[in-house]
Amino acid sequence: MTERLTATTAPYTIGIPPFRPGEDADFGGAFKEQPGDLWRPDPATCTSDDSAPHARGLLRVLNDKGEAKGEWDPQLDSSELIQGLEYMMRLRIFDDRMIKMQRTGKLSFYMRSFGEEAVAIAQTMALETQDWVFPSYRQPGAQFVRGRDMVSMICHCIGNTEDNVRGRQMPVHYTYKEGRFISISSPVGTQFSQAVGVAMASAYQNKDEVCISWLGDGTSAQGDYHYALNFASTFKPPVILNVVNNQWAISTHANLATGGRTFAERGLAYDIPSFRVDGNDFLALYSITKWARDRASAGMGPTHIEVYTYRAGAHSSSDDPSAYRPNDEAACWPGGDPIQRLKDHLMLIGEWDEEKHEALAKKIDDEVMAAYKEACEFGDLASGPYPPASTIFTEVYETVPWHIQEQREELGK
Amino acid sequence: MADMNMIKSLNSALSISLKQDPNVVIFGEDVGYFGGVFRVTEGLQKEYGAHRVFDSPLAEGGIAAIAMGMGLNGLRPVAEIQFADYIFPAYDQIVNEIAKLRHRSGGEFSAPLTIRTPAGGGIKGGHHHSQSPEAQFTHTPGLKVVYCSTPYNAKGLLLASIECNDPIIFFEPKRCYRGPFYGDPHNVPTWNGHPDADVPEGHYTIPLEQARIVREGSACTVIAYGTMVHVAEQAIKDSGIDCELIDLQTLVPWDRDTVVNSVKKTGRCVIVHEAPKTSGYGAEMSASVQERCFYHLEAPIQRVTGWDTPFPHTTEWDYLPSPQRIADAIKKTQEE
Repeated sequence: MTERLTATTAPYTIGIPPFRPGEDADFGGAFKEQPGDLWRPDPATCTSDDSAPHARGLLRVLNDKGEAKGEWDPQLDSSELIQGLEYMMRLRIFDDRMIKMQRTGKLSFYMRSFGEEAVAIAQTMALETQDWVFPSYRQPGAQFVRGRDMVSMICHCIGNTEDNVRGRQMPVHYTYKEGRFISISSPVGTQFSQAVGVAMASAYQNKDEVCISWLGDGTSAQGDYHYALNFASTFKPPVILNVVNNQWAISTHANLATGGRTFAERGLAYDIPSFRVDGNDFLALYSITKWARDRASAGMGPTHIEVYTYRAGAHSSSDDPSAYRPNDEAACWPGGDPIQRLKDHLMLIGEWDEEKHEALAKKIDDEVMAAYKEACEFGDLASGPYPPASTIFTEVYETVPWHIQEQREELGK
Repeated sequence: MADMNMIKSLNSALSISLKQDPNVVIFGEDVGYFGGVFRVTEGLQKEYGAHRVFDSPLAEGGIAAIAMGMGLNGLRPVAEIQFADYIFPAYDQIVNEIAKLRHRSGGEFSAPLTIRTPAGGGIKGGHHHSQSPEAQFTHTPGLKVVYCSTPYNAKGLLLASIECNDPIIFFEPKRCYRGPFYGDPHNVPTWNGHPDADVPEGHYTIPLEQARIVREGSACTVIAYGTMVHVAEQAIKDSGIDCELIDLQTLVPWDRDTVVNSVKKTGRCVIVHEAPKTSGYGAEMSASVQERCFYHLEAPIQRVTGWDTPFPHTTEWDYLPSPQRIADAIKKTQEE
């Protein structure tokens, strides 16, 4: 694990990030933890004590050469691997197009998942379709796995007449009930403890429906994170709780966010099996999530996972990370890039080549452009049409109460 | 019909809900085995099982979040916040999450739930066992806010709340759990023999949005809710003035027709609540009455409220609106 750096500036200890702009970022080349270091306990019997080495180590499957190693290899067939690669490429290309749209004034705001594409995609692929996905704003990729149409996603980001949340929320705050993808909200961390309630309701109704949720390293300081772990520990519902440690909460590095060691280890104190996983390793993510699902499905309750990754891009379209970290920091981070790593693996096993890769990238880009054009037929940001103003007043309650009806009549639309 | 105090009538409502709907679950601090610090959930765990009526960890923010998660996955949770003063760790979950879920998701998701919480003063509870934070919730679109006052309306309103598909904040005036309170701390009756303690044993609901006219009158409209309904009743008696007393019962949405018709009839209006005056619910009521009844008003609208200070411990009888203060305000509306 990366050591926490601090400056002992009396009277406090102040955390400091590893590098600042102008410094040479150097994480020492490669992770010292290797695939095969950590055994795979039986999910139906694993205790939190059994997982202690996993909470302090780093669970990996893909080694630095792109080989899948060790007992955590989920043994996916090549079609599943290619599907995973396709989803991740689609998310990155989609994000790149959308950020360009934002830069040219065609979206009000945007957030990319750059560098973290494997997280929601591998983890959602490891679940069953009836499982609930309770995301933060950096997991929109789960929607591709659940079959959401890109036109619908772009309509939401524009906030036009076909936006399924009727222009009420900022871009990237998706809702997709058909895919059991629960509405994203801006207050960070609130979904974590709600996810425990969703899972308790599944258990109560005797349904095999696991709930997965994510929040970030910065957000893990919120009370909601601790409520979630404590309620999950107390009631043991089928929930998978992920801390995506991408090391940066806007400009605040994880070294400033906690004095603790790994984020995963916190779960041990709640007696929840806890794992720290290489978040840019598609196979490791898939494998631990499948393990956690098997455990939840067997009635053994929650699993806590630290997804160790790196936020390769800006926090959002409103952020400029060059103001607080070296520009080349992402490039020298030992976890590499999740798409490149899965691509290398597929090429190594003879299931993929550059030609196929380029052809797929081109196909997806064409589809994204076509989807964008189609979405704009329902209104663009500059000129609309937008959802009718009457949507301000609807769905506040199940039916419109008299005082809101009066206000709607006052607006006259 | 049976003679019930408010604790018994609330307990009866919860019991009926548990019986008729297998998706109702009840949880909160101390509500399970023990039956709640005010005994409202007494016996329910034994009758309906520990998975349906259970003690939660001591974390109001977690309680609200769990309720929302359950509500959006098919259950109809009834959560208790032990004192309204302790609802604030749950404020973000209630205001930003529970209240907005239906709207923000374009109606794709909703979470029916009821949060019950004892509120108000009169039990020597000091700052943190006495507050009435209703205005902090009536200012949040997406919530319905209910405030009961008698055993009869407590049961009917609670059943209506639990069966409603919108999230409900349900305030219970803890001073009135065991008896009405007429403003004299040295003479506190029980509900025994009170007409509003004659409560049907079976299921009934009182529509949310419906006020109740406690007493008809022609000289002045007095609007109150919770414990203050009874204090105002005493004040009206003391004043000797023929007032109409309205118990709002539901604060959002409130009963426009009952209030407006009454003030148009009497031409005078006094609003009473325990919470502080500034930005209190009375300010909303006063503004609304003025907007709708201005040309019928014969005198300025009066507000009788708690002071704009923290709620005190030993001096609470000088903090709470007394029959005297309310009677004085009623008399003020009668001056030429």
